[in-house]
Parts: sequence; C-alpha cells; structure tokens
Amino acid sequence: MLSPQKTLNTYYLEARRDLLEVAAMLDRYDEAVKRDGQKAGDESRKDSLLQAMEILSKPDHADANRTEQLLVHFAKID
Amino acid sequence: MQIIQPHYHAIARTAQDYERMAMSGVVAVCEPAFWAGFDRRHPETFIDYFAQISEFEPTRAAEFGIRHFCWVAVNPKEAENPELTQEVLRKMPEFLEKPTCLGVGETGLHKSTQNEIYSLQAHVEMAMKYDQLVLIHTPHLSDKAHGTKTVLEVLAGMDVNPDRIWIDHVEEQTIESVLDAGYWAGMTLYPVTKCSPRRAVDILEKYPRERLLVNSSADWGPSDPFTLQESIVEFRRRGHSLQAAVEIYHNNPCRFLGQNAKWDIKPITISED
Repeated sequence: MLSPQKTLNTYYLEARRDLLEVAAMLDRYDEAVKRDGQKAGDESRKDSLLQAMEILSKPDHADANRTEQLLVHFAKID
Repeated sequence: MQIIQPHYHAIARTAQDYERMAMSGVVAVCEPAFWAGFDRRHPETFIDYFAQISEFEPTRAAEFGIRHFCWVAVNPKEAENPELTQEVLRKMPEFLEKPTCLGVGETGLHKSTQNEIYSLQAHVEMAMKYDQLVLIHTPHLSDKAHGTKTVLEVLAGMDVNPDRIWIDHVEEQTIESVLDAGYWAGMTLYPVTKCSPRRAVDILEKYPRERLLVNSSADWGPSDPFTLQESIVEFRRRGHSLQAAVEIYHNNPCRFLGQNAKWDIKPITISED
C-alpha cells in the first residue's frame, strides 16, 4: 500500500488532468449557451456536477467514502 | 483524411507506430531535436543525434510511406552547460543544410534560467542569420505561464519575424498572448500533463485558427501519437466539416512549414461531390 505522500505524488497529475476536463466541459457548456443565446432546457446534469464538487470540497471525509457519496449523488439523476 | 504530425519524436517510437500512423492517414512527421532523458555531455553525441534524425529516420519513415522532416537544436534542459551549447551551435549550420531539416528547434525554456535565456537567444539569432524557421518549447505545468511570458519578452527584444516562429505547448492560459504577438501557436496533446484532445478542440472553436497547429509530440515519456487523431475525431464529432479539419490538421502545417522551400507538401482541398 502507498504512503500518504506517495499517494499524492502518484495520482496528483492524473487528478489535475481530470479536473481540467471537468472545467473544460463546463466552459464548453457556457460557450454553447453564448452561441445559442439560451441555456439547456434541463440543466440538472450541470447542477449535479457542481453539487458533486461541493461534496468533494468538504475538508474532512473521515470514512474516506467520497466515491461512494458521489455515486449515491449521481444516482439521483438520469 | 491526410494528416500531418508536426511535432513527433520518432526515435523514441516503434516502427509499429509508423505503421499505425500511416494506416490512420499520417503522410508526414516532423521531428524536433529534444532531450534524451539525461543530460548529454559531449557535442559529438548531438552530432550523431542530428545525423540520426536528418539521415536515418527519414528512411525508417519511408518504409511506411511517411515523409520525415527534422529540426536541430540544443534542448533547453541542457542549456545549463553553456560550453556544450556553444559547441553544438557551431556545428548546427551544416545540419540546417540537410534536405529534410526545416529549421532550429526545439529551443525554448524549461526553468527560465539565465543560461536557458542565453541559449534561446543564441538559437533564435542563428535561425534569423540562416533564414530558418524556429520552433520554441514552452515549460511544463506550473512554469508554463511564466516561461511563456519570458519567451515572448525575449523575442520582443530581438529582430524576428513572428510569421516564422512557432511557439509550442500553449494551453488556455498562454494561447492568447502568443497569438496576440503574431506568432504561430502549437497545442501538444498529452494523456496527462499537457493539453487534451477535447480541450484542443475547445481552443480551436474559440480562437482564429489561421495560426494554430496541433501535435502529439509523442516521445519516450507518457505520450501517445494518436492523441492527434483523437482530436480530429472530436472536432468532426462536433459537426465541423472535413475541409475544416483538413485546414487545421494538414494545411496549417503546410502553410507554416512551407515557408521553408524544403517542405514540398501543399495544402489540399477536399471535393465532397
């Protein structure tokens, strides 16, 4: 098993890459709204992503169950 | 679709990569000189390397019907050895005359040290003296914005023609300053540490495309020659025409590289009749 430091060092860049993809997806949505002059009729998927990030940004997750929390959260929408 | 891979480190890749690239439509690759993964100590090592990419590698690519071109330079990571840099620079003009050598590159910055800046200036001066194109590497990750700004400041203090300079590895935080200054901007698509295929298409949709280049820069590290094709698929999936894709992934490299007469591949127009 990896030490705490080794865990961060091993996975930081991949996690950075994945967060950038989420940021780019949200930017892509905003650009599409600008182009079309209107928001999506159903923004629940966008809202779901933003709520997921709120869950992640909580400082302490004593049970180390962020993934489980997100799966439960994402199950709320189609 | 015919594709040009403008930045590709072929000596670090297998023949199978050439074969698969050929099957995917790649007609030409361009190989800038780069870091070997360790700091070379002898100018002769560079001379052999330049011979490899200017003489041998074109024969390997030709086995698969792919044209191979190269660039020569001392990589910024090795600029901390100024004596070595000077000795290699003295030998470079003979390689600039090789029939497949397109210019000076990749020079640029890694940690933006004074030695790196001296080396960048010396490379650009040589390129201008010998009327060569220039390919400039910008730093990775946390050094990206600062290093790109420094590159632009260095170039602003020199007598250069921005039409003939390609600043590579731009991302969202650096592309605007590069384009605003009149240079060509390259996006390098890496699996983890640089731009991604989807983000590259976002950039293509946001900025004027006339001076944009897209490449995989596949090398010996975590990289993939087919990130370029991934971005083409993403571009087409969003509804852009085949000709629009050809303009970016074939014709833009032709327009930039064609400023050197050795590059004889011409822009193409697709007839969809």
